[in-house]
Amino acid sequence: MSFEPKIIGILCNWCSYTGADLAGTARMKYPANMRSVRVMCSGRVDPGFIFDALAHGADGVLICGCHPGDCHYVEGNYKCMRRIPLTQRLLQDMGIDPRRLRLEWVSASEGGRFQKIVTEFTEEIRALGPLKLRDMKFDMNRPDRYSLMAEAGDTVHTY
Amino acid sequence: MTKPKLAVYWAASCGGCDIAILDIEEKILAVADFFDLAFWPCVADFKYKDVAALDDGAITLTLFNGAIRNDENFAIAELLRRKSVVLCAFGSCASDGGIPGMANFYERQTIFDYVYGKSPSTVNPDKVYPQPLTKVPEGEIYIPAMWDTVWTLPQVVDVDYVIPGCPPQSDQIAAVVGAVIDILKNGKPLPPKGTVLGATDKSCCDECLRQRDVKKIKKFVRPFEIIPDPDLCLMEQGILCVGPATRGGCGAKCVAAGMPCRGCYGLPANIRDQGAKMVSALASVIDSTDPEEIGRIMAAIPDPLGTFYRFTLADSLLRRAQV
Ligand code: FES
Repeated sequence: MSFEPKIIGILCNWCSYTGADLAGTARMKYPANMRSVRVMCSGRVDPGFIFDALAHGADGVLICGCHPGDCHYVEGNYKCMRRIPLTQRLLQDMGIDPRRLRLEWVSASEGGRFQKIVTEFTEEIRALGPLKLRDMKFDMNRPDRYSLMAEAGDTVHTY
Repeated sequence: MTKPKLAVYWAASCGGCDIAILDIEEKILAVADFFDLAFWPCVADFKYKDVAALDDGAITLTLFNGAIRNDENFAIAELLRRKSVVLCAFGSCASDGGIPGMANFYERQTIFDYVYGKSPSTVNPDKVYPQPLTKVPEGEIYIPAMWDTVWTLPQVVDVDYVIPGCPPQSDQIAAVVGAVIDILKNGKPLPPKGTVLGATDKSCCDECLRQRDVKKIKKFVRPFEIIPDPDLCLMEQGILCVGPATRGGCGAKCVAAGMPCRGCYGLPANIRDQGAKMVSALASVIDSTDPEEIGRIMAAIPDPLGTFYRFTLADSLLRRAQV
């Protein structure tokens, strides 16, 4: 089966979510890979949300907020603007392609732009392939685990 | 009357936690008085088989320090879990992975190649690497095999309480031990499972006595580059301090001495990822709305990953680097 990327979109209520709505009511088509989450402001997006999404199976995270200067809480999107590059750097240092995280500004009237961004981002993630994270959960029967406890101490207490 | 049994163990750790326990000074006498020492490899010669011979649940309290990074660590964690009524993750390494957790930036092979090959102080022309099994005339001897990934104690066994810190501060240890003795002596109820003992729920900043004004930073500096103002918040002076993303309880001693918080008390309550929290904190203090300038200011942070996750990488949401 071909790979269908899972994308989490985190959209600010006032501009981007409305923009996405506009794309919907105007019947603009874009890939169905994105699950959108509405937040009040892009400034609400804690980098922990992004890590959490990736840790739980997302292949990419798209964050959309009001254009700089247009945030309904004045400063929120500037906070987001400062968070994302540093978050991308952490991802890169963790060996995760920073392109899996993208920040875009989408206003309430930019349904077309929203359509274009989601389409492009989905294709980009498709090209990057699935995000495979190793060792997210401890495996009791890990293959590199030598004998010890099973033999109840025989090996353990020899030294 | 038989005394309740106490065990202290070190897994992947430096021994500092054991010393911190001894550092509670004369109160250690009350501990020795009240408890029967069942197992404490750092201070006396106990054997694993002695522990294995105990009934399950025979040990009342186990303070387990150190991360889990090989099968011996794991075997003893399982063993002590079975033998103990109360198992405490003691110190950063056990609770969050600690300094050994930073091995999760690499894999075993990379670490071996450096330690047994490339490091400047190593001469190893025959490429002798540690092997789990070695044949000697007397038979085969075994040393525990190191894993690629470092785990925290709560990730591998069920843990009752966490006592954070690298190491936990002696006054906090003394208070916790005193409280435990009081509980056991007087039949009081134990705190709810999962409680973080010997620390507060708030951040390190909450205990910091430095004065805080509006933080607006144009440039980060490293501690040796400036002589910091003794009374002003270090972050306001451009020094990267992990205090906002770190649990309080230590008394903010490092910060009082002019050194930024390194994050050893782990996550404050209700925070899931120290690095994520730190990114948020930094994003609020950088004084710029120009993406290029922001990029420049951020780029001057030498090692964000190692700085933000110095003690909690193994417990972070992403766990380890993908190598
Ligand atoms: S309200 Fe849209 S980004 Fe703040």
